[in-house]
Amino acid sequence: MKILGTITILLCGGLLIFFTSDFPDFGDPKSPASIHLSPYFIEHTLEDTAVPNIVTSVLADYRSYDTMFETTVILTAGLACFLLLRIPTKEVTRRYYLHEPTGVTLRFDGDRYPKGSNVFKRIDSNWVPYDIIINFTCRLLIHFIQIFALYVVAHGHYSPGGGFQGGVVIGASIILFAISSNLRASIKRLGEKAAAIFTATGVFIYAGTGALCMVIGEHFLNYSFLAPLLGTDRIMARSHGIFIVEIGVAVAVMAVMIWIYYNLSSAGKQDEGL
Amino acid sequence: MDIVSLIAAKANYWTYVILLMVGLYAMVAKNNLVKKIVGMVIFQTAVILFYVSIGYKKGGTLPIIMHGHDHGHGVESVIKAADYINPLPHVLMLTAIVVGVATLGVALALAIKVYQEYGTLEEDEIRKQIELKG
Repeated sequence: MKILGTITILLCGGLLIFFTSDFPDFGDPKSPASIHLSPYFIEHTLEDTAVPNIVTSVLADYRSYDTMFETTVILTAGLACFLLLRIPTKEVTRRYYLHEPTGVTLRFDGDRYPKGSNVFKRIDSNWVPYDIIINFTCRLLIHFIQIFALYVVAHGHYSPGGGFQGGVVIGASIILFAISSNLRASIKRLGEKAAAIFTATGVFIYAGTGALCMVIGEHFLNYSFLAPLLGTDRIMARSHGIFIVEIGVAVAVMAVMIWIYYNLSSAGKQDEGL
Repeated sequence: MDIVSLIAAKANYWTYVILLMVGLYAMVAKNNLVKKIVGMVIFQTAVILFYVSIGYKKGGTLPIIMHGHDHGHGVESVIKAADYINPLPHVLMLTAIVVGVATLGVALALAIKVYQEYGTLEEDEIRKQIELKG
């Protein structure tokens, strides 16, 4: 298999490198990808949508159907992880507790674990003592990461950024919290149910904005029909519409990243994990 | 065309072809399922880099209209497409990266399921177990 694979790969790679001679040169302004559609986007984004960042205006306005279904794909991926892996926590019976005054670890099977005791602390089966430096640094960093993520979402019209990037950064901050403390502490703050609802809410905000445009005007996802609701002219309405949609994307992406992490890191038990 | 300008014009494609082949080799020849998934991610990254490099124009800046903050009123000069790199590949790859992460999650979930079922991630051992069962 290895020899056959190597021969196939070398053949494929050789053919691909041979045919790169037909490709446009690197940085050629006249390459086919840059002369048909993209000049329109570059020259008309300000008069059509009042958004200087062309990537944002193409993402959420000119190609908004594409982005809507990308969000749906992400929702589907989160659901697939959930359906593949999730096991009810009731089946987990073996738990480990640390007796804090003495430092002894005890194992409890079944229901006989100390409920509501303040000398016993629940720990994972592969528990190691937490490093105070990591804990403290992460606790300091997470706020700034989240503020920065909100800036990335809100400032996506004028600088590099937008819903996808900001959502991923918020999700990463919560995953960082889950890694630096533990999975249960993270689930207590943002549970699985909340993550699932947030994911669906994000997709709903996106599709709902489109549907609202269709109810008021006549085109799905044509934000200029939102102008009477937002109290602005039709071009600024498209700018605001893009912002609403980006918030939906950010919420969906954030929740899906957290949801997938919860399920993967604990193999679906969501009881103990990384 | 001399050799230096040829390398300067096509070196980006050659890099991505090499990356693409590394990923493809891992997917075809490796025995471990997680290594196959890593190969898939390398393959995906090569495609993403390829798209982003297509969008580059010599002398172009990043695709944000300069002085566009006051909603176009301050821009008296005409916006020329040659001054800005092509935004379209960036848009496509922006969504592809996030969807790639989500599908990577699904792939890893499947790998966890396979491990729970067979107790191994090596492909030949899994195949042996399936043959024994059937």
